[in-house]
Amino acid sequence: MGLALILALIVAPEDADQGISQRIFYIHVPIALTAYFCFGLGAWKALLLLWRGDERNDLESYVAIHQGTIFGALTLITGSIWARASWGVWWTWSSNQLVLFLVLFLFYCAYFMLRFSLEEGARRARSSAVYALFGVVLIPISFLAIRLADDFIHPTVFVREGPQMTGTMFATFCLSWAAVTLLAYVLYRVELAGKRLDADLRELREVLQ
Amino acid sequence: MIYFADVAALTRKDLRVELRARDTLPAMLLFVLSTLVVFHFALPEGTGDDAAYGLLWVAIVFTALLGLARAWVPEQEHGVLDGLVLAPSDRSAIWLGKTLATLAFLVAAQVVALPAFVLFFAPLDATALAGVLLADIGICAVGSLMAAMAAASRSREVLLPLLVLPLAIPLIVGGVGAAISPEGGRYLLLLALYDGAFAVLSWASFEYVVTE
Repeated sequence: MGLALILALIVAPEDADQGISQRIFYIHVPIALTAYFCFGLGAWKALLLLWRGDERNDLESYVAIHQGTIFGALTLITGSIWARASWGVWWTWSSNQLVLFLVLFLFYCAYFMLRFSLEEGARRARSSAVYALFGVVLIPISFLAIRLADDFIHPTVFVREGPQMTGTMFATFCLSWAAVTLLAYVLYRVELAGKRLDADLRELREVLQ
Repeated sequence: MIYFADVAALTRKDLRVELRARDTLPAMLLFVLSTLVVFHFALPEGTGDDAAYGLLWVAIVFTALLGLARAWVPEQEHGVLDGLVLAPSDRSAIWLGKTLATLAFLVAAQVVALPAFVLFFAPLDATALAGVLLADIGICAVGSLMAAMAAASRSREVLLPLLVLPLAIPLIVGGVGAAISPEGGRYLLLLALYDGAFAVLSWASFEYVVTE
């Protein structure tokens, strides 16, 4: 796992021929895609919870969204660095993806607020699940809204030259994408195992008392 | 048909409670009017109408939040919600009734607030009004579900705006766009899409939020 990530990090810069700022592309875009994937996974687990009533899905949904939020924050940071390097500003409202991630970041922070202010139990699990489902509906609608908002907030749409990917660049991109996804998966498993252990311990303690 | 009778009865109940107690609507009215006066001082001289339209939407969203924060208080105080959940009717009827009642309050507040806005700031055309109505539906549909969630939490008043504001961003985009863009129709379409998607989602998921 670590090897895959190191490989991606070392191989990636070799292919970059559009200046150093373009190299962050190999990190930024996979992280963003992984964050979407985590949010989707969280919502899917939430749907399973509501549908089948399996309590295990609650923790899985929470952990997936937690990972998604971490990767979302990383997307904001790397995107901001990229914006600074290539456009000269730390933040730009004309980058739809960045604005969308900011909205999603706020949304999922509210998810944690909701979760931590409800009493633990089935009701909390279901409320969190419903909110997680709202998230995946919010993603496309927000994206649409932000695209439309561009028209009146920025009459001239910022045209960025899309990187024309050659074969090796694409391969590197795929490799780093796979690496980031793998990283997310490992983190997900680790956190899930930790949280489950925690829950088991608490249960055990209650039994012993 | 029984479903709609239930919804009508629940809406009527909320409107009647409001008529007797007058807890929510006067507060919303006073709030939105005070906000408009504050905006007069917040906008420097010579600011264009566009800025005023933007602020109108801030006022609308926060007025709606004020109404939504009060929405489930009567149910919470006297254990009415438990009774409603136990009643032999579809639980989504509770959500629909509450949404309609909140919508009625919000529209009533706007019947006063929008003419005041026109008087103080800038004219509103038919597209802008349609935008306001569509956004009202969206924010009440989503908001009454979120308010039910927040009401069960420890920090209810604080939590509600945090839950609703990220979800309200597309509504604000649509509303402001409908007011200032020459092609307002596209924004109305966005609002209608939002209303449809989130109303169905709220309708379907309300049951999970209120049952123990």
